[in-house]
Amino acid sequence: MYCEAQRHGDHVELTLRGDWRLAAVRDIQAELAAVPMQGTARLRIAAAAARLDLSGAWVLQDFIAAAAAAGVSSEFDGAVPAALALIGRTRDGGAASSAVPGNLQLPWLDPALAVEGLGRRAVRSWRLVESLLGFIGRVAVAFMHDFGSLKRWRPASIARHVYDTGITAIPIVALIAFLIAVILAYMGAQQLRKFGADIFVVDLVTVGVLRELGVLLTAIIVAGRSGSAFAAELGSMRLNEEVDALHAIGIDPVEVLVLPRVLGLMIALPLLTVIADAIGLVGGGLLCKTLLGMPLVQYINRANDAIAPTTFWVGLIKAPVFAALIAIAGTWCGLKVRGSSRDLGRQTTLAVVQAIFFVILADALFAVLFMEMDV
Amino acid sequence: MATVVEVRGLVNRFGQQTVHRNLDMRVEEGEVFGIVGGSGSGKSVLLRSILGLQRPRAGTVLLRGEDITRMDTAQLRRVKAGYGVTFQHGALFSSLNVLQNVQLPMLEHLALPRRALDELAHLKLRLVGLGADAADKYPAQLSGGMVKRAALARALALDPRLLFLDEPTSGLDPIGAQAFDELVVYLQRELQLTVVMITHDLDTLFGTCTRVGVLVDGQMISDTLAGIVDNPQPWIHAYFQGARAQHRGAKHGT
Repeated sequence: MYCEAQRHGDHVELTLRGDWRLAAVRDIQAELAAVPMQGTARLRIAAAAARLDLSGAWVLQDFIAAAAAAGVSSEFDGAVPAALALIGRTRDGGAASSAVPGNLQLPWLDPALAVEGLGRRAVRSWRLVESLLGFIGRVAVAFMHDFGSLKRWRPASIARHVYDTGITAIPIVALIAFLIAVILAYMGAQQLRKFGADIFVVDLVTVGVLRELGVLLTAIIVAGRSGSAFAAELGSMRLNEEVDALHAIGIDPVEVLVLPRVLGLMIALPLLTVIADAIGLVGGGLLCKTLLGMPLVQYINRANDAIAPTTFWVGLIKAPVFAALIAIAGTWCGLKVRGSSRDLGRQTTLAVVQAIFFVILADALFAVLFMEMDV
Repeated sequence: MATVVEVRGLVNRFGQQTVHRNLDMRVEEGEVFGIVGGSGSGKSVLLRSILGLQRPRAGTVLLRGEDITRMDTAQLRRVKAGYGVTFQHGALFSSLNVLQNVQLPMLEHLALPRRALDELAHLKLRLVGLGADAADKYPAQLSGGMVKRAALARALALDPRLLFLDEPTSGLDPIGAQAFDELVVYLQRELQLTVVMITHDLDTLFGTCTRVGVLVDGQMISDTLAGIVDNPQPWIHAYFQGARAQHRGAKHGT
């Protein structure tokens, strides 16, 4: 019981008691709702026996306001509770408006709004492309600027990124390359056996791994590992105002943060690709030996015939390009982070998605290019 | 007068470094207690121990007579709903707007009707001097002073009787800092709060605190303002009798 109502003619005596605390707001509101207001002209409130905190006072004030709206005047029997007086003094700060908009608009139902939305999206996408091109330009300028002197290359920083993105990625890259080669050989063997062309499994595995899969899968793993790491690292530096601090000291963040990552990854990814290629070939050989009963010597001889001198290089040449794309996507998204930790998460996700997209797009362009070049 | 916070024989140690050795501290109901100490003297560790964010190596921490060092998670959760804290850099949740930041503790601990939730949160914001236009801003859009005020509003969300402030005026300009001090004093008086604050700001110390505890050599020396200024301990002497302090002492007539 938080209150007790007694009717005397046309006025109601409301006696408050107990602790009117935040935790009890629901119960108090329920009790107040039960106070008989029909035919009441005046409300006399005795609050001396109750202890009101701010929330309790708000409930009472809310009740009094609702009563006033219904034409019932209120007065206090004794002193006005201190917390209620405090609320009264904060009232001037402007009426509280609940920020929920009245009627929700459905933009896609209105053709004009839909066209407008489409236009906005197009402009925003174009701005993004512009920003990316601008960023690539800045990286290129920083690169040319640093090209001349060895000290500006920041070898220690580059070495750290080679270690972080390359050396530590060897186990997972090797495992994935091995498994992919095994899957490729297994699927190929099942199909080719029907034509009695088992031996071409070797062509499939070696050419497939060296030209495409080795470098592509390595790039995708690195995009997930390092692209996200770059974005998160640079993004939290932005939130921490470290990037602004660099600017203020007169250091170009692109030069110290972006360039070492780009160059480090451009060194690490080709090396990882070589490892992935080697492990892939070993995996294919093992499967041919165990599943097809092909001696290793025969596998190696056949592989020698299948692989043109260019096959390995055609795969490897893509690695630095993929590396640059991954590093640029990661650092670009990281430096785009604004304001909140939520944006950091969004940009990190975006970094990985864009890195993988760029890698696959570039791979398609390479495929066309190599076909035209006839290699 | 009831004792609100009592620390007995607190020991905190990290590796070889002893931060607190047998520290005692007492805060009575209705006091504004200022904690002062040099950098690395363990002010923040003390606060974290009192808040139950960190278990001390030894000693007891009593909040309204209940020992929080021996509580399980559920009991601690109940105790934590009973006090409000502001952190040094505000620690507002950056993905929530100001209103949602204030509503979060209420949502977590209570089941309130939507309208009560909105109105109470707006009331708390008005109380700390933030208008309705600040309510739907995100922390990144706020000025330093507004962040402090929003953090205070969030600390007051559950109508606590006990408030902890970690460096409430750090990073504010003198005018903003004084306004914030006045706000704390105003709220302390109006809501009958007990306030424990860590501060380096002598203006804040002299303007708001009724008693001061100084952390020296892992122990606490606490006294009234007038008493602590005359304390002969070298560090305290240096802290309060320095040129800056003398200037204030003259102003406050101590």
